[in-house]
Amino acid sequence: MQIPYTTEPRPDTGLYNAKVGLWLFLASEVMLFGGMFSAYVLLRVGAPEGLWPRGWLSVPLGTLNTMVLIASSISATMAWAALKLNQFPRYKLYHGITLLLAVLFLGVKAFEYSDKLSHYWIETKSGQFVDGHLVSRTADKVVVHGVQTDNRAVLFDRTRKEYQQLPHTEITVAASDIQRISNYAPKLNTWMGLYWAITGLHALHLIGGILVFGYLWGPGSGMWKRDPARFTNRVEIAGLYWHFVDLVWVFVFPVLYLF
Amino acid sequence: MATSHATPAAAAHAAPHEDHAHHAPSGFWTNYIFSCDHKVVGIQYGVTALLFLLFGFGLMMMMRWQIANPGQAIPLVGPILEWALGQPAAKGIMSPDLYNSFGAMHGTIMVFLAIVPLLTGAFGNYFVPLQIGAIDMAFPKLNMASFQLYFLGGVVMFTSFFVPGGAAQAGWTSYPPLANAIPTDGQTYWLIGMIFLISSSLLGSANIIATIIQLRAPGMTWMRLPFFVWSQFVAAFLLLLAFPPLEAAGVMQLMDKVFGTSFFLPTGLAVGGELANISGGGSPLLWQHLFWFLAHPEVYVLILPALGIVAEVVANNTRKPIWGYKTLVYSALMLGFISFIVWAHHMYMTGMSTKIATFFQTTTMIISIPSVIILTCLLISLWGGSIRFNTPMLFATAFLPMFAIGGLTGLPLGFNISDIHLHDTYYVIGHFHYVVAPGTIFAIFAGIYYWYPKVTGRHLNEFWGRVHFWGSLIFMNLVFMPMFAQGMGGMLRRMADGGINYLLAPDLLYLNKFIMWAAAGLLLAQIPFIINFFHSIFKGRPAANDNPWNSTTLEWQTPTPPGHGNFLQPVTVYRGPYEYSVPGAPQDYCPQNEPAKA
Repeated sequence: MQIPYTTEPRPDTGLYNAKVGLWLFLASEVMLFGGMFSAYVLLRVGAPEGLWPRGWLSVPLGTLNTMVLIASSISATMAWAALKLNQFPRYKLYHGITLLLAVLFLGVKAFEYSDKLSHYWIETKSGQFVDGHLVSRTADKVVVHGVQTDNRAVLFDRTRKEYQQLPHTEITVAASDIQRISNYAPKLNTWMGLYWAITGLHALHLIGGILVFGYLWGPGSGMWKRDPARFTNRVEIAGLYWHFVDLVWVFVFPVLYLF
Repeated sequence: MATSHATPAAAAHAAPHEDHAHHAPSGFWTNYIFSCDHKVVGIQYGVTALLFLLFGFGLMMMMRWQIANPGQAIPLVGPILEWALGQPAAKGIMSPDLYNSFGAMHGTIMVFLAIVPLLTGAFGNYFVPLQIGAIDMAFPKLNMASFQLYFLGGVVMFTSFFVPGGAAQAGWTSYPPLANAIPTDGQTYWLIGMIFLISSSLLGSANIIATIIQLRAPGMTWMRLPFFVWSQFVAAFLLLLAFPPLEAAGVMQLMDKVFGTSFFLPTGLAVGGELANISGGGSPLLWQHLFWFLAHPEVYVLILPALGIVAEVVANNTRKPIWGYKTLVYSALMLGFISFIVWAHHMYMTGMSTKIATFFQTTTMIISIPSVIILTCLLISLWGGSIRFNTPMLFATAFLPMFAIGGLTGLPLGFNISDIHLHDTYYVIGHFHYVVAPGTIFAIFAGIYYWYPKVTGRHLNEFWGRVHFWGSLIFMNLVFMPMFAQGMGGMLRRMADGGINYLLAPDLLYLNKFIMWAAAGLLLAQIPFIINFFHSIFKGRPAANDNPWNSTTLEWQTPTPPGHGNFLQPVTVYRGPYEYSVPGAPQDYCPQNEPAKA
């Protein structure tokens, strides 16, 4: 006794079971990220005028990662096409490329994250705003390399000239003068919270994808010999998932990096 | 799972199988604990969820004691409570904190761990594949994982009672900033538990939808599906699409709690008289939107499968087709769609603009139309039938007026003008408990009495079933009807002292004692059911044959209980789901897999 349509499509729906399941899963994923993006919209609309961060992320790094992810989507499709053409070595090559690109994406992401964690925002009791990368921190003073201003709106919109003209210097703040200090962790402000939550959730999806692709590339690829049709289907739905993860990034990139 | 091959293959599973892909399980662990068989998963869901139902009921009993006798030690369970929870239950007296956490957990457990798992996890898992003529769910392993995640979620929720500070105290809705301000880890447990439950629900609902789309037997066209399957189909879509935004919100509230973010915490928030050490800039309303975007469709997850069960029982016991089958199906689909655009009627009091309130008021009135259509169809189905009033049918017929009371009392809450008066009063509690308790739970009981002979091969005792029914019906109404009076009198809910210090309440306080004794009666009325449920597994009257109710649908055309793979030979479907009393037919029912005469 066997569950029908695990490999061959059901004639009236034209789909095999796993593909239906994956599309349903993706529908719920749309709602998951939809929830995140609606949070972004609501919080941004509710933010006071001029106090919503702009230009806080590196557009070149974001662009690079966008390219990397799109390329990995292409290679994932090529891998599936190779299996359809019965060319297993070529499948290995393309899926290997997909894996490498996915890891590269996470590497860039990890660099961005660690940069954020060493980036500090200080509000002083004398009404100054200091922003920069940490040089040293002791019990009585904090030294950062960055900028200083008494108008915090300047620090929020970093695409403006006022911000870009601020001199970058080494700034020392006495511990007794600090009103609030935080690195660019989620707790800094709601924008940073959204950045970590959305990109973190996206990164978790990438890690999940890498595990699946790694399995299909390595130990799971033995199925090609036993049941090539089923293995090809597996690669196809893993690819569908990957395109979705790619698509999410296509929304994340403009929303967080460009706007 | 090293023991999985230790015992020889269970001989009980005599269903034929010749392939290697879908093994009959062997051994205790694979049979009963890590089983992928949809029927075992269904029973696992059912038993666990019934236990949570009883547990949630117990929490409520203790709260009703506290409301009726504020500050007095709880009899019988008071010392146990003190032993288990310590300070919050000192001397067996329920502290306000404990009252709050019992209230929050009663709601959470009843909705997410009891009712929905019973409807979709137990009934859905067990009967959807059977009714569509499939040998199992589309993804048996995911099905097992779904139950395990549900079980873990339940464990996390249960454990939260014993962490410092006690379980979550901010209501089942967990509104921030209250949810963040209460100094207990219980809220964190609640959020983690919810993430488990949401993942479980995702796997389960995707599985049910894929099964219905892909695994219908030959000839089982969409309009030949029993209405129960349709109701599960729509409910599964609601779970699939409405839960993820709450998962996103749960992650954000968890970050507020653990990483100190301010997604839901506004600027200038003061906790305990001191400015909270947060960045601010968040929006408490954001949580409410994301929460109710789930929680309103969730109401239809609670009611649709219940309507499905009632339709099955009504058709079977009136011995005639359901009146307006297609209307039922389209109404269920309508309900599904509209339930996504009514959520903000829970939020009229948040200061939303009148234009938005009017929009949601309009959609709320529109959604009552398909609900009334469904109820009317079921009511008309009774007309002219020679009704068999067995226990399942008693529960199913009682469901109709009870659900109607619940639905109609919802209309004044849907109009924002009357909601201003009724919001957050006992009226709201009366309203939704009428929908869920004598509504959905009666449907669940109807389903249990109806399908018990298929699952166990024995009937539940009919006499004690009737005692259970009449006791439940009377006491349910005595519990919930006075709440409407209290609510319209202006009595607020969630008062740990039961309202003794509340100016508007004195004239209504006597009802608190009344409700408490009625609830005690309701508890007593469940005892015959509990004993009946276990006793009948071994000693019940054996079912006369595989189809003791003379039913048309496919789940009765299998061995009893169905073996692994369900059907003895592949099924083909030739007719609609409710061909009862067909003129000229040799008997008063024509099973769906019976070929039409040439």
